[in-house]
Amino acid sequence: MPGETLVDRMEKKVGGVVLVIAAFWFIVAMPSLNAFGTPGSFFHVSDFTLNLFGKFLAYAILALGLDLIWGYTGILSMGHGVFFGLGAYCMGMYLTLEIGGEGVYQSKLPDFMVWNRVKELPLFWKPFHSFFFTTIAVAIVPGMLAAVFGFLAFRTRVRGVYFAIITQALALSAWLVFNRNEMNLGGTNGLTNFKKILGFTLTEASTQRGLYVATALALCGAYLLCRWIVKSRAGKILLAIRDAENRVLYSGYTPANYKVFVFTVSAMLAGVAGALYVPQVGIITPGRIGVLPSIEMVIWVAVGGRGSLIGAVIGAVGVNWARSYLTSSYPDYWLYFLGGIFILVVQFFPDGILGVVRDAPRKLEKWIRRTTRTAAGDESLAPVRSEG
Amino acid sequence: MTLTSKSILYMEDVFVVFDGFKALNALNFSMDRGELRCVIGPNGAGKTTLLDVVTGKVKPDSGRVVFKEKTNLARMRQEEISNAGIGRKFQTPTIYENLTVRDNLELSVKQDKKVTSLLFGGASPEAQERVEETLDVIGLASKSGWRAGLLAHGEKQWLEIGMVVVQDPDLLLVDEPVAGMTEGETEKTAALLRRIAEHRSVLVIEHDMKFVREIAERVTVLHEGAVICEGSIDHVHKDERVVELYLGRGSEEHA
Repeated sequence: MPGETLVDRMEKKVGGVVLVIAAFWFIVAMPSLNAFGTPGSFFHVSDFTLNLFGKFLAYAILALGLDLIWGYTGILSMGHGVFFGLGAYCMGMYLTLEIGGEGVYQSKLPDFMVWNRVKELPLFWKPFHSFFFTTIAVAIVPGMLAAVFGFLAFRTRVRGVYFAIITQALALSAWLVFNRNEMNLGGTNGLTNFKKILGFTLTEASTQRGLYVATALALCGAYLLCRWIVKSRAGKILLAIRDAENRVLYSGYTPANYKVFVFTVSAMLAGVAGALYVPQVGIITPGRIGVLPSIEMVIWVAVGGRGSLIGAVIGAVGVNWARSYLTSSYPDYWLYFLGGIFILVVQFFPDGILGVVRDAPRKLEKWIRRTTRTAAGDESLAPVRSEG
Repeated sequence: MTLTSKSILYMEDVFVVFDGFKALNALNFSMDRGELRCVIGPNGAGKTTLLDVVTGKVKPDSGRVVFKEKTNLARMRQEEISNAGIGRKFQTPTIYENLTVRDNLELSVKQDKKVTSLLFGGASPEAQERVEETLDVIGLASKSGWRAGLLAHGEKQWLEIGMVVVQDPDLLLVDEPVAGMTEGETEKTAALLRRIAEHRSVLVIEHDMKFVREIAERVTVLHEGAVICEGSIDHVHKDERVVELYLGRGSEEHA
């Protein structure tokens, strides 16, 4: 590549090493320090922290998918909370059925159904007795919604701001629908009071550790999947659609097909994220589906650096880590902070945190060159002057 | 004017109406295979609309648009028309700025364009060969690894012409290729288009009369959505209506 400097080459190598270290830290080191570290010591990760990071890593899976459609393809979706919610509710239904007769009313039916005088388990709940079915549904259900929604929107050439707005409408309507008791999904209270997953008690530290590791591995897999997609020729078409959709169309491609594909993959990742989130957090409510959470997800990606997979992961983990810190220390200021950081990023760091880190060595190199040139300025100008 | 076996493009009685404004007004236009045709005309004459109709971006309100004597373009979608063998170069450089010059060409090559084929497969050896050839033709072989956004304006225009050429179209539509180019770049572009026209039919829309004089075999003059004159550049220059309506003082300067 032209203009490729020593810094660029080093960067490529360093990038890979950092990635492997990060993967090792999250997949192996953190859960090990949680299991074997002496509580209170520096080398111990508390159950609370591990659980918190489990949630962040689940968010990161969603952020990867969102980056695929927004950062790479240039299509802003403000409705990813819906896909996250669908995955989460699928898993929530399984976990609710796992409660069995141990609920408050000792009924075979979930508590809220007893409360709502539902006599029989609705048909669509029944397959969620099976964990296997559930694991497939968490990706397929949001994927199918995205495929249909995307097909209708992209075929009719809905794009840009208009697409963002209709996805937001989707988020709003989904929120309204999930709030209704008639949906038999727990209404405003959502699904909660889970007891077990695959027979393991959810309150056990070891179960939560297992869920954490599963999430870290899923994130790793999601990253590899996204990386494979963006490195493929189809991934180049995604960038091409972002930069010059008309050219793609006139080259004989059907951009709508590529958009439906990437939107569907993105929604499936969001669904998987939701499914991993629920057993670790212990509750899913319509509040996690609506417009606001969907916009927050967009902010994660913007802050981390859209158009970069690592950036999306950094954004999701970073913003949510800041959130959990700030909401406990300064609960009143979190929203101001979130809004502020979003404005700051959009204004000054369009490539997010990752952009700043990535450009830092190059900027430093430039700065060094400029200062040394200025310092050597007199010498280099001298012969010209003497000739003149 | 009739539809013959020699026709590459044939338009008969084509109307395009935008809110009562007749962008194309009973347009009759035909072009033979292997021709290099220039279409000129003042702003609003319907030149770009003509290209939009041929490429399927705008559907005609009435009239026939026939490609290669039997393909009816009026009912086809844009990507179908591209795959049928019509390529279009836009007025402003429309390239994939964040991909390399080589990738820009490779993605444009005539090939299976389904999502799955691009997800799982690499470029075929034939495709790569076409890319190398085209890199030479457009003079960007030494910059094949560059990010396309780094190219100069003229080079971007050539790259886009190359992207259209690797599609292997029978008919190439080129919209104002030399706008904003330096004199040297304009000359190179003229040579490039003449070379392309050796094997394909090329339709060029252009304002720059000097450039038209350099490349055109036949010139069509459009005014208010209809053809008012057609013939060699000298013939067009002598036509009174053309001088009056369009060329004006410009024609005296160049005559």
